[in-house]
Amino acid sequence: MMNSSPINLSLSQLGEMLQAKKISSVELTQTFLDRIQQYNPSINAYIALDEGKTLAQAKAADARIAAGNTAPLTGIPIAQKDIFCAKGWQTTCGSKMLANFIAPYDAHIITQFDAAGAVNLGKTNMDEFAMGSSNETSYFGGVKNPWSFDRVPGGSSGGSAAAVAARLCAAATGTDTGGSIRQPASLCGFTGLKPTYGAVSRFGMIAFASSLDQAGPMAKSAEDCALMMNVMAGFDERDSTSLNREKEDYTRDLNLPLQGLKVGLPKEYFAEGLDASVGKVIEAAIAEYKKLGAEIVDISLPNTGLSIPVYYVLAPAEASSNLSRYDGVRYGHRAAEYTDLMDMYNKSRAEGFGAEVKRRILIGTYVLSAGYYDAYYLKAQQIRRLIAQDFVEAFKKCDVIMGPAAPSTAFKAGEKVDDPVAMYLQDIYTISTNLAGLPGMSIPAGFAQSDDGVSLPVGLQIIGNYFDEARMLNVAHQYQQVTDWHERMPELVLPKEVK
Amino acid sequence: MEWEVVIGLETHTQLRTNTKIFSGASIKYGAEPNTQACEVSIALPGVLPVLNKEAVQCAIKFGLAINAHIAPRSVFARKNYFYPDLPKGYQISQFELPVVGKGAVTIQVPAVGKNSAYEKVVNITRAHLEEDAGKSVHGAVEGMSGIDLNRAGTPLLEIVTEPDMRSAAEAVAYAKKLHELVQWIGICDGNMQEGSFRCDVNVSVRPKGTEKLGTRREIKNLNSFKFMTQAIEYETRWQIETLEDGGTIQQATVLFNPDTGETRSMRSKEEANDYRYFPDPDLLPLVISEADKDAVRATMPELPEAMKARFEAEYALSSYDSNALTTSRDLANYFVATVDAGADAKQSANWVMGILAAKLNAADTSIIDSPINAQQLAQLLRRIGDNTISNNAAKQVFEALWNAEGSVDDIIAAKGLKQESDSGAIEAIIDEVLAANAAMVDEFKAGKEKAFNALVGQAMKASKGKANPAQVNDILKKKLS
Repeated sequence: MMNSSPINLSLSQLGEMLQAKKISSVELTQTFLDRIQQYNPSINAYIALDEGKTLAQAKAADARIAAGNTAPLTGIPIAQKDIFCAKGWQTTCGSKMLANFIAPYDAHIITQFDAAGAVNLGKTNMDEFAMGSSNETSYFGGVKNPWSFDRVPGGSSGGSAAAVAARLCAAATGTDTGGSIRQPASLCGFTGLKPTYGAVSRFGMIAFASSLDQAGPMAKSAEDCALMMNVMAGFDERDSTSLNREKEDYTRDLNLPLQGLKVGLPKEYFAEGLDASVGKVIEAAIAEYKKLGAEIVDISLPNTGLSIPVYYVLAPAEASSNLSRYDGVRYGHRAAEYTDLMDMYNKSRAEGFGAEVKRRILIGTYVLSAGYYDAYYLKAQQIRRLIAQDFVEAFKKCDVIMGPAAPSTAFKAGEKVDDPVAMYLQDIYTISTNLAGLPGMSIPAGFAQSDDGVSLPVGLQIIGNYFDEARMLNVAHQYQQVTDWHERMPELVLPKEVK
Repeated sequence: MEWEVVIGLETHTQLRTNTKIFSGASIKYGAEPNTQACEVSIALPGVLPVLNKEAVQCAIKFGLAINAHIAPRSVFARKNYFYPDLPKGYQISQFELPVVGKGAVTIQVPAVGKNSAYEKVVNITRAHLEEDAGKSVHGAVEGMSGIDLNRAGTPLLEIVTEPDMRSAAEAVAYAKKLHELVQWIGICDGNMQEGSFRCDVNVSVRPKGTEKLGTRREIKNLNSFKFMTQAIEYETRWQIETLEDGGTIQQATVLFNPDTGETRSMRSKEEANDYRYFPDPDLLPLVISEADKDAVRATMPELPEAMKARFEAEYALSSYDSNALTTSRDLANYFVATVDAGADAKQSANWVMGILAAKLNAADTSIIDSPINAQQLAQLLRRIGDNTISNNAAKQVFEALWNAEGSVDDIIAAKGLKQESDSGAIEAIIDEVLAANAAMVDEFKAGKEKAFNALVGQAMKASKGKANPAQVNDILKKKLS
């Protein structure tokens, strides 16, 4: 497809070029830095860039390569969602509250990428404290969808999503509490994986809703995601919810045939609320899977409709407590003037948090309050177990579940900002996997025409059983061997030589 | 009307672990502010708690010591409130499912006349693990309050009683017993000045003979037994007077002012926080198996009650002595070491609780720092037992030992305190005394018993106090018969 630019190459191709010294890490990194310089002012995918630090890492990677001490991602530039603490980097979580915060320590996954010799390209934009589905709640401004600049990239990992889609990085990290990797992957047309809860350590990842948050890869292909998972996943004793399992090779099953694979289609995922144009793309993708030998099974996830109300009790409850530490006392934003302690708290938090964060803190505080706890929080926990049980039943009948990752293609900036419930419905197909702790991914499955005649990407969601990521990646990879949706690049950001 | 006071205690015991309950930071007391505040202590964005197993072992130890139900599954919960010394904006504690459930502590309450006591069982409702907050420091910086987070995350076991106590004396007896127990099993250093053992006391009053509990007020953070007595007595009087004057008691948290001896309301129930407890999603439920309990049980020292019973059976000590010797593990260990080194048990008990205790008390020294160790004391007592020295001489040797003047035998030799037990030599002295005091001999023979004692006295005097008095008696009796 391209001869001169490495930007659309897979991670393994880049790794081979680096190790064969056909390109240096510094050259590769500079290529992406140049693209960032060219496109970031319009796309706004990155919050923090530090060429000095980035190029120093690239140089160190080149030294490693010269010494023959390489790992698969050595020398490859990766964008990090600004939710991960990275020592010496501004780490804002998309909030004014942390606009002045320089992390003094590394998140677990940052340590893992450093150990692998990967290069930190910069910190990507995101909805404030990962609360949002359009990246419009970021204190640092919205992010443009590279397929259509007047549309949103999805959220909350909108910066990473735009960076991957616009080839402003080789791959990126994201986090997914209710769909924040998969919905933007669908809206921006790339491959994103939310692993099983507990597969990737949360240490150093700024908490939104602790029992739901999970970090995962955002990349061009399933194969790239597998290589990213090899670095990111694994037990970490600093996270009590990290599962103590043996390190696994997520690429091991990529090439298995899909003959006899049982694919469950939940009827609730194809009901009212799904855009017809999106539904058509998903149906075509399912047809492709049939050709690959998959067997289709009709299933039901009867409590799907409860997932959003349950999520909007539990996630804000945890968030209201998790965000209490931002009080202006030790770090972060503190109001310039205040009369006493209470006034300092009130003003610092009123100024430091945006409207959506405040909304969720208020909801969370309310549902945990004396007299409401049983009716909201406890009841939601009970329903959460029912939702998880739905999946247990479903996986008795199938190996993976498929459906849309989002109900629509990318919507226009500003379209839903004043209607939080409409915004929350963006995650209708993704939230229940977070509630159940299951892994889910979105892969490019084609394009749908918008009302105003723009061709926009559509993601197919694949949900697997607990710790079945290798199988899911195999299912995705085989599809990507017979389709090229994942290789499509947005016209708006094509390099000159390709145009 | 006759009133009855009803008292329950909540005690925060700081656990003797090496590190904080949810991080690897040190908990050493007295370090420079914030030098023991790691990322977790400061509550930086993204940090997570990891439970310290040592703290769990301490909780299990306590549960075993009070014969309590130890929960096979307990849950850490967040207690949410804003305060500058609470870095996360919530304290990790246990709420609905604590690690230690119902248990009991038997206390000896001193009766009004000393040397007697009555026994009472205080029921423990629960004990739960939690983290301590930091400290606000006022005045270090002009016009500002400082925050020291060294203490933030220090492991605490909060021990809650039923409202079982009926007087300040009972409450203090319980607090003292608990204070001894947590040190005995090694889970707390018991240092009240440094805040390692802090009591909150719930006090209410009701007409004697009625069942319904009165409204309680909670006296916070009492860090001495003396203040506890004063505070409870003041609070009890205040509540009774208020009710007798036709007033009502409002539920409140009060502070005791040691300078005025009064309690004063800090906040009323209306101002109380809604803590919005919920299970901490960062921590898994704490699971304790039978094997975990067995492993801790194997490290448990003999408990005071068992040791007391053993002292009575093995050493034929009185219940009073056995109880007194088991008020602290160090004292009991010292006593046992003395007996093990060959001293008589009853004599050891008398010396340990008598002369030694008085001397230690006067010098404000704990038994663990005693200048005279158990082996030295045993040697001294053996020298009384084998008639080398008299009881009186032993007291002089004790003083010299205290002042590190050498070994027991060296001191006896240096001070010439050895008793004369050579019967030939004593006979010679007695012969001289009899010859020189013929009149007394005659008086004795005429039936005057007193004359015998006078002759003994003369013999002792002639030996310069060194003759063995029992031998003098025997030989004199023979000579006069």
